[in-house]
Amino acid sequence: MLERVEQAKQTIQQACTRMDRPIQIMEVCGTHTVAIFRHGIRSLLPPQIKLLSGPGCPVCVTDQGYIDIVLELAGRDDVILATYGDMMRVPGRAGTLERLHKPEIKVVLSTDDALALAQKHPDKTVVFAAVGFETTTPASAVAVADAASSNLHNFCILSGHKLVVPAMQALLGAKNDKIDAFMCPGHVSVILGSDAYKPVAERFHKPCVVAGFEAVQIMEGIAAICKQMAEGRGEVESVYGAAVTPQGNRTAQAIIDNMFEPYDGPWRGLGFIPGGSLRLRPRYQRFDALHRFGISEIPAEELGGCQCGRVLCGLIDPPQCPLFARKCTPDSPIGPCMVSTEGACSAWYKYGKH
Amino acid sequence: MDENKTIMLAHGGGGRLMADLISRTIVPKCGGRSVQLTDAATIDVPAGKLCFTTDSFVVKPLFFNGGDIGKLSVCGTVNDLAVSGAQPLALSLSLILEEGFEIAQLEKILENIGQTASRANVRIVTGDTKVVEKGFADGLFINTAGIGARITGAVPGFERITEGDAILINGTLGDHGMTIMSQREGLKFESPLKSDCACLHELTSRLYNALGNAVKFMRDPTRGGVAAVLNEIAVAAGVGIEIDEPALPMDKTVQAAADMLGFDLLNIANEGKVVAIVAPDAAARAIELWRSHPLGRRAAVIGRVLKGSDHPLVELVTKIGGRRIVQMPYGRELPRIC
Repeated sequence: MLERVEQAKQTIQQACTRMDRPIQIMEVCGTHTVAIFRHGIRSLLPPQIKLLSGPGCPVCVTDQGYIDIVLELAGRDDVILATYGDMMRVPGRAGTLERLHKPEIKVVLSTDDALALAQKHPDKTVVFAAVGFETTTPASAVAVADAASSNLHNFCILSGHKLVVPAMQALLGAKNDKIDAFMCPGHVSVILGSDAYKPVAERFHKPCVVAGFEAVQIMEGIAAICKQMAEGRGEVESVYGAAVTPQGNRTAQAIIDNMFEPYDGPWRGLGFIPGGSLRLRPRYQRFDALHRFGISEIPAEELGGCQCGRVLCGLIDPPQCPLFARKCTPDSPIGPCMVSTEGACSAWYKYGKH
Repeated sequence: MDENKTIMLAHGGGGRLMADLISRTIVPKCGGRSVQLTDAATIDVPAGKLCFTTDSFVVKPLFFNGGDIGKLSVCGTVNDLAVSGAQPLALSLSLILEEGFEIAQLEKILENIGQTASRANVRIVTGDTKVVEKGFADGLFINTAGIGARITGAVPGFERITEGDAILINGTLGDHGMTIMSQREGLKFESPLKSDCACLHELTSRLYNALGNAVKFMRDPTRGGVAAVLNEIAVAAGVGIEIDEPALPMDKTVQAAADMLGFDLLNIANEGKVVAIVAPDAAARAIELWRSHPLGRRAAVIGRVLKGSDHPLVELVTKIGGRRIVQMPYGRELPRIC
């Protein structure tokens, strides 16, 4: 393993020698953000290389308007709100789910647990706060399919699901000159397939390299990006071995496609991204919490003072936010990037000097 | 409600029910011989210094693989004495019971308390029982306090830690915390996780007896894990600390569980581990002493003390040679695991 790390370091060094400018690489996955800190990757890189944490943490990119709707629904007497744990402490206008102290707010580890709640409590409507990228979307889709086939009428989801590739395109389309290349998410790419990044690489001529989460895989991912840049290439490449194929997991893609349709939904810090969000198709509308509770749409809102949006776009590092480590800490977070264990601010706080 | 099956408020009321509970259940199960209880225990103590400590236990679930709240309440206090260089002598045991708690469960827990104390050669000499209304506790809370006699020659203290000292641990990280969390979340693994809950006085006394003042400091890394203990040491002693990731003993299944839940094992609680700081030339002998004991089979030198600093940091040298800071854990990500 150490030989492979050495090899990667050499490749990176050679590329830096050939390039006389900074190389700015954005990772679009919260697990990468944390792994980069945990393995001390930055300490092994030349100062020329700058790693940016992008919009890769599902809770972080979830818009404020969505959080407020979750809080509103959670406050209803006829609702049991089921959510992944990270959402519990994300602040909205009305506080956080955690601070509502309601026994009807349930942290679940899987959509199966949410379905089980609906079966157990037929007198309540179970709303599942469905957030995440292509990795969690298939599970939400299967849950809705199961609810439909078993006539479980008291189950619905509030879809906050998002697509990775449109976000990458939006970031580059906004003429963000801070991004030279993307390190593409390992897990999401297992579903999507590496070919999914071709439109990004081809249109913007930026390297898109899929990497795993081991220290050596991340180093090799960075090395592959540096090599491409030094050679003037901007291509799709995978250093994640057999786990990622060019086509991805067709079954999971079909499950998503059958149940969800893309639309222009709000992202924190990025605004409305064309085709960047997923909602249930009209034939499954009865399982859509917005439809069931007569909410017309998820509004785009920003939380005053919080710089999470700029962090997610790679425009600033977390310590550049005036709230970071002062008013905003993991014990009392203001923005979602400090709440989620995969958030950039949380990782900088946990592993950095402050 | 059947007074023989569940705890009632009257069990804490000072009357016949309470007297019966104490004399027929608590005292015999905990290894007591006499039911002629007095208001305070009188015990013989050897000459020298006494160590005195207390701890409360609110773990959920009450029963977990590798132990229960009872075993934990004995080990926790024994270990606090042990790392301070004391031979544990006697414990107190206070129970706060929730109305409706099953007496059969209480009996199981008390039996484990009795057995653990007997194995550790420590007596439970005094105690208290209270019952609170349903909903005002979570089954059972326990407090234990303990006294121990300081081993001659044992002089642990932050101020004795200096540059070059070796940092040791007696085995794998995070077993207790991950067992509790996995059990709470209903996670199942091929080989089940098991808490490391154990009394450590034999390990600690081996070092204090054999190495004397070459043992600079010891602490059991419970809540907050090894990261919390090392940060406390760095700040209190005003020194830097460097640990080596490849040297950290880890159980593969525990590591997998931590990865799955997004936890760093350095931050996870242990209940059968001790971190020791010893003079560099005593490290090899210390490891030898520990490895010859069942609780120290995977003992290892995990790092070293660096020079004094006004801004002491704990740093980890990662498997690929990178460096990162190990912060004092802050989170509420680990509720009630001890």
